[in-house]
Amino acid sequence: MLWFLTTTTIVVLLFGYSTSTSGPAAVGGQSSAVASGDPVSGGSTSTSSTAETVTGPAVATRWGDVQVAITVDGSTITDVTVPVYPTGNGKDQRINAYALPILISDTLDAQSADIDMITGATVTSEGYVRSLQGALDRAGR
Amino acid sequence: MAERPSRYVDHVMGMPISLALRGRHAADEEARAAWGEVRASLRACDRIFSTYRPDSYVSRLGRGELWLADCPPEVAEVVALGEAAERESGGAFSIRRPGPDGTPVLDPNGVVKGWAAERAARALRLLDATDFCLSAGGDLVCRTLDPDAPPWRIGVEHPCETGRLVAVVPVSTGAVATSGTAHRGQHLIDARTGLRPAGVASVTVVAASLTWADIDATAAYARGGDAARWLGTRPGRTGLVVWTDGSATPVGGGGTAAPSGR
Repeated sequence: MLWFLTTTTIVVLLFGYSTSTSGPAAVGGQSSAVASGDPVSGGSTSTSSTAETVTGPAVATRWGDVQVAITVDGSTITDVTVPVYPTGNGKDQRINAYALPILISDTLDAQSADIDMITGATVTSEGYVRSLQGALDRAGR
Repeated sequence: MAERPSRYVDHVMGMPISLALRGRHAADEEARAAWGEVRASLRACDRIFSTYRPDSYVSRLGRGELWLADCPPEVAEVVALGEAAERESGGAFSIRRPGPDGTPVLDPNGVVKGWAAERAARALRLLDATDFCLSAGGDLVCRTLDPDAPPWRIGVEHPCETGRLVAVVPVSTGAVATSGTAHRGQHLIDARTGLRPAGVASVTVVAASLTWADIDATAAYARGGDAARWLGTRPGRTGLVVWTDGSATPVGGGGTAAPSGR
């Protein structure tokens, strides 16, 4: 619960920043928050003895879903990344092309996630009939 | 508002090929002709590259019956990509694996799948006012022309719990590839050690090019516990590493990410 509150606070902070710019630039602002993170921040849980990275839940906002990951070293927030940011704006396609995967919660499965296609290492012709992709293709025809 | 895409399915190269089209030519004669070209392109690649077909160029090249110069130019292109990937992955990725007697055998499968699917998608790019998402065995390339259209929603299958998703990637235009433990029944190995990589269950890479998304997914996977760190050094890539303990690390790419081309 504490993490949720912290996360929410950061969401507000980010959008406070975003709304001070306009339109597509706002998306760019969030993207730069992602890009400005240290490239190894994703693995900081295992590489630092004191810092811990926690990814908050995806939070619905009027701009779309936002998810924030924070790295805490002791009581200090040392890094903030935004694994999930709104994609509803059609003008951010260049950012979309390199979109980050959105981690989904334990309760969400393929049926409720409104998926177009599946990426996975196990999709073979032998396993296709029982696969998620097979189910999607059957449902779509 | 979202239009329900038209779907097409076939099996080529031992893997399911799924296509979703939306827009002007989603379900007409032009769509079916383009879909036919996609499959023909993949079958042509299979005849050249399959290591499962003893009569393929690559099989004959591997047995020393042909020189590289005797093969179609696509073989040299794929070999060059494989060698570039070997360098850039510090040797973890290789298109040569130890054969039964220990001598290296040419096995370009780590390059061919994504490369062939990206090539096959050329036919779809000619469909005007039409968006596509083409998957070849779980590696996919998509395009969205309409700025108001929603992105394609790509589900990342959980490598340890089949049938469940670990993440969703919204991609308008770009490519997504995943490498993991059960790639066509083969065990991906770290070419530096000859051993199966430890700690990593799957690597998903989002990039502009499916060729490089696929190569980088395989290379990152081969690097085992270093997968997320290495992927983070790759320009223009984002992705997700799922570890064998079920945890997942999103990778935001290096700060130098520079979208190139389209």
